[in-house]
Amino acid sequence: MLINHPLLGPRDASEFVYKGDAALINRPDPDAPDALEQFIDYGYLRDNPAGAHRELWFHEQGDRSWLVVTRNTLTHEITSVELARDVARREGRSK
Amino acid sequence: MHDLIAISPLGATRPRIDSHGPVTLTEVTDRALASVAARLGHEAQANALVASLIGAQAPGPARMGGETLMAFWMGPDQWMLDAPIDSHEDLAERIKAEAKGSASVTDQTGAWCRFDLSGDGLADVFERLTNANTRAFTGGEAQRAAVEHMGCFLLCHSPRHISVIGPRSSAGSLHHALLTAIRSAH
Repeated sequence: MLINHPLLGPRDASEFVYKGDAALINRPDPDAPDALEQFIDYGYLRDNPAGAHRELWFHEQGDRSWLVVTRNTLTHEITSVELARDVARREGRSK
Repeated sequence: MHDLIAISPLGATRPRIDSHGPVTLTEVTDRALASVAARLGHEAQANALVASLIGAQAPGPARMGGETLMAFWMGPDQWMLDAPIDSHEDLAERIKAEAKGSASVTDQTGAWCRFDLSGDGLADVFERLTNANTRAFTGGEAQRAAVEHMGCFLLCHSPRHISVIGPRSSAGSLHHALLTAIRSAH
């Protein structure tokens, strides 16, 4: 499997480490009144879609950037690769 | 004063040089390294800092640039600066003074070892060692890649001169891997 790194071009998947569901970017507010429920959801509950899945990959044997990869879990087709920091900033995180 | 003896990454008092076929493998111990990582919101200043240090544009992804003081790209808004240790032993301190808080600067000299391969047929050596497409290198590339499971930087000065910068604590393993691949290829 090749991952088309936004800065470095196509790289072999063996250079990357899978780091989980991209929803992990959206860490809940610890001061929210329902923070406990939100953190249980954040920590333990995952969707398991048969189809497009947004996931985090870490380029460990490369530039060590975190990527958000949209991968089809049925075909392994990758439809989008973005730097996780760009995604996080767009979603209002990490300012 | 303590009476200490400086040793090379391979543990000798002089850098090791091996020749096999058309390739010469040289342990390089005369370079100082310092990493520069832009602080959040100061990316443009850090970019300008690197450019002013090396007297050229700050290198983009997987590239290197500069002359005596050169830099190579490590990641988004991160560079490694590389200079002769005789004149720049305090490289990190000097850069830190110029960065004025726009970047985190870390001395990296003692963390890495460097081996230079020179000669013909280097792509034949590296295709046995790493994913990086060294056959397409023309000069100026600086890629981080796994070499025998070790995270290394490959710097291509020219297709006949490639540097491998790897973890100093694995210098012996890296040297063994490089020499084995050279003997296998030639």
